Amino acid sequence: MLSAILVMALGAVVLGAALGFAAVKFKVEGDPLVEKIDAILPQTQCGQCGYPGCKPYAEAVAKGEAEINCCPPGGEEGIRKLADLLGREFKPLSGEHGIEKPKSVAFIDEQTCIGCTLCIQACPVDAIVGAAKQMHTILAAQCTGCELCLPPCPVNCISMVALPETLDTWKWKYPQIPLVPIKAVAHA
Amino acid sequence: MLELFRFPGGVKPASHKQESAGSPIAPAPLPGRLVVPFRQSATGAAAIQVQAGDKVLKGQTIGAAEGAFGTAVHAPASGTVVAIEARTLPHPSGLAAPCAIIEPDGEERWIDRVPLDPLGDPESLRARIRDAGIVGLGGAAFPSHVKAKAAIDTLIVNGAECEPWITCDDRLMRERAEEIVAGARILGRLMGAKRIVFGVEDNKPEAAQALRAAMNECDGTSCQVAAVPTLYPAGGEKQLIRVLTGIAIPYGKLGPDFGVQCFNVGTAYAVARAVLHGEPLVSRIVTLAGNYATPGNFEVAIGTPIDALLPLGQPRADTDRVVMGGPMMGFPLPDLTVPLVKASNCLLAMSPALFPPPPPEMPCIRCGACTRACPVVLQPHELYWFARSKNFGKAQEYHLFDCIECGCCAYVCPSRIPLVDYYRFAKSEIRARERDKAAADRARERHEFRQFREEREKAEKAAKLAAKAAETKAKLAQEEAAKASAGEAAPEKVSAGGTAPTDDKLALIAAAQARAAERKATAAPRNTDALTPDQQAQIAEAEARRAHAEAATKDDA
Repeated sequence: MLSAILVMALGAVVLGAALGFAAVKFKVEGDPLVEKIDAILPQTQCGQCGYPGCKPYAEAVAKGEAEINCCPPGGEEGIRKLADLLGREFKPLSGEHGIEKPKSVAFIDEQTCIGCTLCIQACPVDAIVGAAKQMHTILAAQCTGCELCLPPCPVNCISMVALPETLDTWKWKYPQIPLVPIKAVAHA
Repeated sequence: MLELFRFPGGVKPASHKQESAGSPIAPAPLPGRLVVPFRQSATGAAAIQVQAGDKVLKGQTIGAAEGAFGTAVHAPASGTVVAIEARTLPHPSGLAAPCAIIEPDGEERWIDRVPLDPLGDPESLRARIRDAGIVGLGGAAFPSHVKAKAAIDTLIVNGAECEPWITCDDRLMRERAEEIVAGARILGRLMGAKRIVFGVEDNKPEAAQALRAAMNECDGTSCQVAAVPTLYPAGGEKQLIRVLTGIAIPYGKLGPDFGVQCFNVGTAYAVARAVLHGEPLVSRIVTLAGNYATPGNFEVAIGTPIDALLPLGQPRADTDRVVMGGPMMGFPLPDLTVPLVKASNCLLAMSPALFPPPPPEMPCIRCGACTRACPVVLQPHELYWFARSKNFGKAQEYHLFDCIECGCCAYVCPSRIPLVDYYRFAKSEIRARERDKAAADRARERHEFRQFREEREKAEKAAKLAAKAAETKAKLAQEEAAKASAGEAAPEKVSAGGTAPTDDKLALIAAAQARAAERKATAAPRNTDALTPDQQAQIAEAEARRAHAEAATKDDA
């Protein structure tokens, strides 16, 4: 009787110690769901969703405070992915947060730029180089096209330029059967 | 005799080789204008090295190799660079890219052609291959010097030329076998190959015979010619390796992982020209086949516009489109002004009679014919469903990127589904997503660093302020202590409601004001300080007068 109690107690102690050790050793830092949502978001850091960046929006979505259809740069596909991940219903992009636009980058008209550094302070990814009273320019490869540099510019010298298609970015189109009017076929 | 193996799948389309195989290679005349794209390899463009107005010699480098995967581009004829401008390329997209427009002077003056010792240092040989602009001439245009870096046992020289209609490799092997063998030996030595095997489909006995004869002239110890059964796509890299060595290369691996590397016969020939004769790759053999009155093979300068080349074969009147490459893997040219590039092996003229337009696509019935035909042992119907439903993750799990786009599945499909188009669509979508993902990761990293930097700056500022406050406090306490010890007799100011903090604050303000006054006194000297004695005297006089006047007014009042 006593030995049985001792064996059970020993087992409980060993298992408890193992669980306690595992809880410390394999502790999950942060919310993995936030990371997963953040990985889906396009990282433009544009704030169109109403949150100051992609990570805060991901946190809000994870907590259930925000809808999944507030991210215009992510587009319909981003919403579908979020819906899949979170098991929520797909919703079309909410119009109040903006519309899906083709990918573009900011361009500074260097003739007009007065070197005020306001856009540099606004850029969330440090993609603008320049100094006070020196001409600024955009690092096009790093620009996410968030448009946050447009409003602070006092001389309106920044414009958004849509990225042209090049041989490196060209994509095969979805195969489509060309529609031929019946009349044309009949004549041929 | 070499033991041969079989690869799974494959199809046997009508070969149509006899139409163009009979006529020897003829040199094509130089056109009035050459359009040489700087983008000749599959991996990127060369760095432009000429300007409009420059005179160039034949074989002169006009674009330098850049990066690990870059290859050089050369002037295909002596003449003048008229312009550097974007022109439409022979590419399914029909997009434009920078090209050098060269007006040949017809003199064909070569650069100084310096041969290189084929037994020399491997590094310089690879550099020569790169600077001679040699890319895979079988159609993929992958830089050869990169492929030649591998250390291998067996070098396979691909003369299978499995695609219907094309005969440029056949003619090259028949007519220039010796140089092909010499090029193969250079490549074999470069990569440490113990044996070299030439794979030639058995519908080209003359070519195989010519190679054997060429081998007899040099010592034929490690070289072999194997006649492989005619079955499309026997000329695919992995398929030919399997047929000749029995090695089935798994998904996601390449030949060099198993000690085998594969080069096209045209590439071997170009290597021989570059090393033994110092000639960069400025021309290639092109087959004109299909709807022509006089089909044949021509040696054409790179950059010759297609519309200047087609008349050599006299296309028939009902030709409605021209395909670059063969009927299985080629693509229709966006327009006929595009230039010939290093990857162009055939210009197939099509007419509705010869190549009827594809019948309409019907639903997939999951018959599995495509799976039996696939030479890479994929499941094309599954890939089709995944590509069609844009389920790209699943398509990748089914090894979409091992698809060689040979077109066997679409060839056998009873529903006439353009399967390869779906795979190409899925592949380019996946690549675009990977690019976007990389860009997003970069943006996240930069954004996080920016936030970290802002936090750090804020913390630094706060620390500075705190340090300053502490310093002032210490100073004040010191002063207070000094005052207390010095003037104990002085009457202590005790305000009724005055608490200690207000006193502290008042004292701080007073100290600050005193400091400011002091600074003002030292920083701003009066403008009368540094004057000559004369001027001082004048000022004193004026002061005295003013005092006098003031006294007078006072008296009056």
